[in-house]
Formats: sequence, C-alpha cells, structure tokens
Amino acid sequence: MLLVPGLVTALVALLPIGYLLVRTAEAGPERVWEIVVRERTLTLVLRSLALAGTVTALSVVVGVGLAVLATRTNVPGRRLLAVTAALPLAIPSYVAAFAWISAFPSVSGFAGTVLVLTACCYPYVYLPVAAAMRRIDPAVEEVARSLGRSPWNTFWSVTARQLRPAAASGALLVALYALSDFGAPSLLRFDAFTRVIHASYRSSFDRTPAAVLSLLLVAITVAITVAEARTRRGSERARVGGGVARRPHTVGLGRLRWPAATLAVAVVTVALVFPIASLLYWFATGLSSGVDVPDLATSALNTFWFALLGAVLCTALAVPVGVLAARFRGRSTAVIEHASFAGHALPGIVVALALVFFGARVAQPVYQRTPLLVLAYAVLFVPAAIGAVRSAVTMSPVRTEEAARSLGSTPWQVLRRVTLPLAAPGIAAGAALVLLTCMKELPATLLLRPTGADTLATSLWTETGVAAYGAAAPYGLALVVLAVLPTLALMRSQRAGETDPS
Amino acid sequence: MRLRLPSSRSSSRRRSSGRRAPIGRRATAAAVTAALALGLAACSSDGEEPLSDEALVIYSGRNENLVGPVLEKLEKATGVDVQVRYGSSSELAAQLLEEGDNTKADLFFSQDAGALGALGKAGRLEALYAATTGKVLEGFADPNSHWVATSARARVIAYDPAQAPEVTDMTSVDAVLDPRYKGKIGYAPTNASFQSFVTALRVAKGEAGAKKWLEDFKANEPKAYDNNILVLDAVDSGQVGLGLINHYYWYERVAEKGADAVKAKIHFLGSDDPGALINVAGVGILTGSNQRAAATEAVDYLLSKEGQQYFADETAEYPVTAGVQSTKHDIVPLSQLKGSSVDLNQLDSLEQTLALLDEVGLT
Repeated sequence: MLLVPGLVTALVALLPIGYLLVRTAEAGPERVWEIVVRERTLTLVLRSLALAGTVTALSVVVGVGLAVLATRTNVPGRRLLAVTAALPLAIPSYVAAFAWISAFPSVSGFAGTVLVLTACCYPYVYLPVAAAMRRIDPAVEEVARSLGRSPWNTFWSVTARQLRPAAASGALLVALYALSDFGAPSLLRFDAFTRVIHASYRSSFDRTPAAVLSLLLVAITVAITVAEARTRRGSERARVGGGVARRPHTVGLGRLRWPAATLAVAVVTVALVFPIASLLYWFATGLSSGVDVPDLATSALNTFWFALLGAVLCTALAVPVGVLAARFRGRSTAVIEHASFAGHALPGIVVALALVFFGARVAQPVYQRTPLLVLAYAVLFVPAAIGAVRSAVTMSPVRTEEAARSLGSTPWQVLRRVTLPLAAPGIAAGAALVLLTCMKELPATLLLRPTGADTLATSLWTETGVAAYGAAAPYGLALVVLAVLPTLALMRSQRAGETDPS
Repeated sequence: MRLRLPSSRSSSRRRSSGRRAPIGRRATAAAVTAALALGLAACSSDGEEPLSDEALVIYSGRNENLVGPVLEKLEKATGVDVQVRYGSSSELAAQLLEEGDNTKADLFFSQDAGALGALGKAGRLEALYAATTGKVLEGFADPNSHWVATSARARVIAYDPAQAPEVTDMTSVDAVLDPRYKGKIGYAPTNASFQSFVTALRVAKGEAGAKKWLEDFKANEPKAYDNNILVLDAVDSGQVGLGLINHYYWYERVAEKGADAVKAKIHFLGSDDPGALINVAGVGILTGSNQRAAATEAVDYLLSKEGQQYFADETAEYPVTAGVQSTKHDIVPLSQLKGSSVDLNQLDSLEQTLALLDEVGLT
C-alpha cells in the first residue's frame, strides 16, 4: 500500500542521478576514468571526507548536548535556548562564512570551515534529538536508577541509546551537507571536492567532468547511507510494557547550572549572534544601506510561500518512505530509502541543472514556474524529512497499531489515526527543518524561480555580488526573523504534544 | 500471523461516536489545507507575470544593481516588454546549454566573453547583423559575429599604500614576481578575467614563457580568493599587499564605503603588458529566439550613445564605441589607455589556459 508512494518518492529523488547518467554517457568510458583517477580528484575527495567527518562528530556533540540541556535539565533560560538553538539553520552558510572571514581573517582553511559548518549544521541533529527527548519513556531510566546506576551512567547506557536513531539520522544529514556545501569552503579558502565541480561549470563550461565527479559523490553518499543504516540496526526502541509514558522529570544540575548555561550561550553566540551582529554592522556602516520596503516585503513573502510549499511537498513525499523504513523493513524498502538519499550530497547547482534538463524537455508548462521550483526543493530536501519521519515512527510503540488493527481498523485507518498522530511531533520537526532549509536555498532558486520573483536568498546574493553589504543586510536579517515563526510554532506544538499523554 | 476480524460497520460507527483524538482532526485539516495549497500553487499564476510571447526574455549574468537601470531604460526606449532573469554568467550559460532549443531566452547578457564563446561554440548564438557589430571599436566583437562587447574593463593591480607604495612605478606585471611580495599577493584563480590574463600571457610570452611565469608566481605563494571582491577586501584590510583584479571593483567599493574609508588604491600598468589586459562584457542573441527583431533593437540600444554613456557613468566601465566619455569617473579613455595589444579574438583558447593552470597547480 505504501510501496507505490514510496517508489514515487524514490523516483523523484533519483531525477538528478538520471541526468548525471545521461551526461556521463555522452563522454566515453576512457574520459570518465581519466577524470576520476586524477590525483587532484582523489586528494580532494579525502579532504572533503575529513571535513565531513569532523563536522559531523562536532555537530553530534553540540546538537545532542544542547538538546539534553534544553529539554531535560534546569539550565537557566531553557525556553529561550530551545528556540534559539534551532535558528542557526536560517543563516546561509555563505553569510556566516563571510561574516567570520571579514571580521577575523585568520578564520580560514580547515579549522575555519569546520567552525562555520558545525555552527550552521548542528540544528540538523538538535531538532530530531530534541523531538526524541520529548518522546522518551522515563520509566526505563527510573528502572536503571533504581538498580543502582549513577545519573551519568544512566544517561549513557539508557537515554543515549534511545537517542541513537534520531542522532544518527541528523548526523547523516550533516555529513551529506558538509560534502555538498560550496559557499563556506570557497569563501574560507579551503579546497574541497565541490570546488572542482564548480570549477568545471565556471571555467571550462564543460558539464562532463562535473557530471562524472557528481556521480562519484553519489557513490560516496550511498556508502555513507548504508553505513549509517547498519549502525541503526537493532537500536530502535519503543515502550512495550503496560501503562502510560509520563513526562520525564528535569535533572537538577546543581553546581553545573551556570557553567552549562555559559556553554550553551557560547554556542548560540558563535552560531547565531555573531552572524546577526555582522549583518547589523554592515547595515550600520554601509553607504548602500537602506531598506527597500516593497522589495523586502515581496522577497520575504515569496521566500515563505515557496519554502512552505516545499516543506509540504517534502513531508508528503517523506511520510510513505519513513513509515516503510520504520515499520516494514526489508530489501525493497532499504532500496527505496537509499535511493531517496542518493542525491543528497550533490551540490545545489547540479540538482538545479538536472531539473532544468528535465523541465525544459519534459515539463515545459511548469518550467521556471512555481511547481518546478517546489519540486526542486523536494528533490533537494526530502532526505531530511525522511529521517525525521522514520525516527519519529520508530519511537512510537508498535503495540498500539497492532491493537488498532485487532479492533478492526484497516491499515490505512491505522496509519491515519494512530501512527501519524503519535509521530506528529517528530514529523513536525522534520517539516520545520525542511522549511528553514528551503528559505535559504540559492542555486536552484536562481535557475528555476519564476522570472522576476526574488527570494531573500537571491536578493542577498544580488547585493553581495556588488559588495553592497549594507543593502544586503536587511535581507539576511529578514531570513532570521522569518525563521523564528516556524521554530516557535514547532516549540508550541511539541509542548502541546508533551502534555497530551498519548 | 495477522488477525483478520470482520470490520463491522456498525461497531466502527459506535466507536467513532465516542471521543475522537483532537490531534487526528487537526492533522486531517492540516493535510487538506496543504493539499489545497499545493493544488492552488500548481494551477494559479501566483502573482508571477505570465511570460507573454511578445516579451523579450534576457538572461543576465551581470548583476541587477549594475544593469537593472539600463535595461529599464532599454524597455522605455524600444517599447518592448523586457523580462530579465539574473544569475551568474557561467551558471546561466550552463542553463542555456541544458535548455537547448527549448529555451525561453532571447538575449544573453554576459559578464565575460568566455561564457559567450562557449555558447557560440555550441551553436546556441545567432549571427549578429554587420550593422550591429560594426558599431564597436576594432576587436570588440566575435570574429564569427556571434556576440558583441557592450563594455570593457581593465586589469589593474590593487595595492595597500602602507605596504607596497612602490606599485605606482610598476609598468609590467612581471614586477609581482619579486620575492619581496612572497605571501603578499592576492588573486582569484577561478575568475574569468584572471584566466583571460593567463591566456594573454601565453599569447605574449609563448607557452614556455607563460609556464615559467606561472611557476615563479606560484613560488611567491600567492593567496587564492574566491572572487575579485574578496581580493580587494584582503588588500583593503592589509592581509595582502597586492591584488590582481579588474578596475571597477575599486569604484564599487568606494561607492559602498566612501572614498575616505577605502585604504586600497589601484594602479593601471599603462603599458603594452598582459597585466594591463582589457576584458569585455557582452551580449548575444540565442538561436531559436522568436524575438529576433526586438533582440537586435535591444543590442543596438546597448551600443548606442545613451547605453554606452550609462556604462561609462554608472558602472565605471569603458565604453566600447567611439566618442563616449565618462562624466562622473576619472577614468582614462580606452583609446588612450595603452592596454595590452593582445587581440581579444586570440583569447579563445580557454581550454589550454585551464590545462596550463591545472598543470602548474594554480587552480
């Protein structure tokens, strides 16, 4: 029943790969081989993998740490932390990179890129883990404590294990993003693999090396996705006993209260406050400063509208695959899942050109109109939504669904009335994640947006293209302001989910 | 083993008369709204201007802030409805190549000649009329008439007067090879203008000479930046002493920060040296355009006195037609500037340049 929608999602996600295969097939196998085995290619692959690994590890530490602090402890300013911790996702990586490098020129190279990418990416881990924390059953922890384990031990052996699926799905997204990002490494002067791909578009106008190297990225992505699936196997946990899951109690930090708060403030400052302060500084010192209110309002409206449609489509496409992956594990669902993730590490320009190819040849009526742009967002970001749906559904107990079936509901009714409502907080987190990411998307939006429609990201790009940072600042700030709304809505819906003892 | 109970209609109705989980109803409502929204988006025109068949569609790799006003003037002067899509020249060129014959674009306005050359080679550009290409100075049009230049810019050396005041005496770009500038030079290796400069080196010094120059340059440990703006940023903040950029970035920076706040200065080499190369921005008409007449009118407007005066005054670039002088900027006119005599038409061998840069390791 879910297999057909799942296949649709996988096919949508595979569109860019179809394009890459077409372009690669045009070159002969010798040319392809020659491009792949060049020394520079292999060196850059290793550099990008090192970058991705480091950024992922740090993002997991920061994301899980902040999620635990915000949801389970009595750190001062919890509510504020819960909202601001997710907001760095609204800041495009190139804005953050530029803010850092213009203020501190020594922040460049590998260390600088790790700093900026971690600051931009940790919300990918934070959001699913925070959602998972709200669903964890405290009874298991209480049992562990009653059997004599210390709080620290309980955290590692019980809570962290239950967080592993959510953290792993977030970590996967971080790794793939770090592989695909071009803006931050190029501004911070770190030679990454994406640089070669972009160089082949920019310099030689030859799409073949870009296509071949992109396929190499796809191969790496599939390897990482399979590895991540392996780590997840056997670690899904949901409550099986009788009774009701209660709200977990908060942990008193005692002496560590203020040090923990300082740490949280430091993270939010680096990731959020510093880029915003830079934007305000540009606004204050740039002669081009000034707010073109009609333009800003239209851009903001367009941004929100396109991103909202993108989030809706992504979630709609992700639900079948997420539920399949969580409940109906098997060969075919594994293939569908991996296929949906295969193109996620591709640079935005590659996906954009794939959709240009597809749109100009097959989907002429919607080419350079909103539906194709929304489809582009779906192709780019559906893996983020799939991860969230899958984690959320695995955390819901199967018994409730089985009980519903035994009481006479059809599978479709079970999905609609039991599975999805129980997983709703996690799915909402995924939708918010996609919404925030769509708002700042640039390469696909530039090529596919309706002619004359600007988003905040494209307006920001236009202004920085002529070094008019003062004029660019309002667009960047508007992006952050727009990001606050979905984050707040998400926090409210999750708090509502908490008080409802489902 | 699955338990299949007959789903009795009456029993389910009885159950549904009880309390329905509020979240289920909310979720259904949300889903319905979402579906409606998607449907509306697919069908409606959304406030987008529907592209009428009479509109002249321009793909502009030049920044909206720079050329938006002149394109608006073009619209008024020619009476044609102009719709512009802004992007980066290379990405738009890739998009045009992907679109092929199905492209909606009529005109491609490029920041550099490389993108135009690539499209011309792929057969995507129409030959322009001789009357159009005849308007520009010698050497500023494609020999096959596929594109024509609309404005020009000069390579300069940006320098920090505190670190390298002797730059004002330089007459050749070979001076940057001096070991005292080790680690103090900024450049943008992926920038089309830099690559044209390297092609000019190859033409002026021969392949072996150019390779030697690049190897000496590399030995001086230059710092690579993503684009010319960042190079100028670096010179201005004192990170590097010299930068190889195009002249108008300095004017942009002064316009943004004010003349007093910009420490960096630029120096025109003023000699017949590859370092003084003149690069062009240009325009071409796409094959398969159904607006040939309107597109030609547009190109003619850009090359008219009014259009060229705009480039001279507002974007601080060099006009490519005779008899136009800037009234706002103190720029030496093109005819007086002893820019490199390397013929633009010889700059076509971009692939070999890229191969050379790759070989030396300056990518």
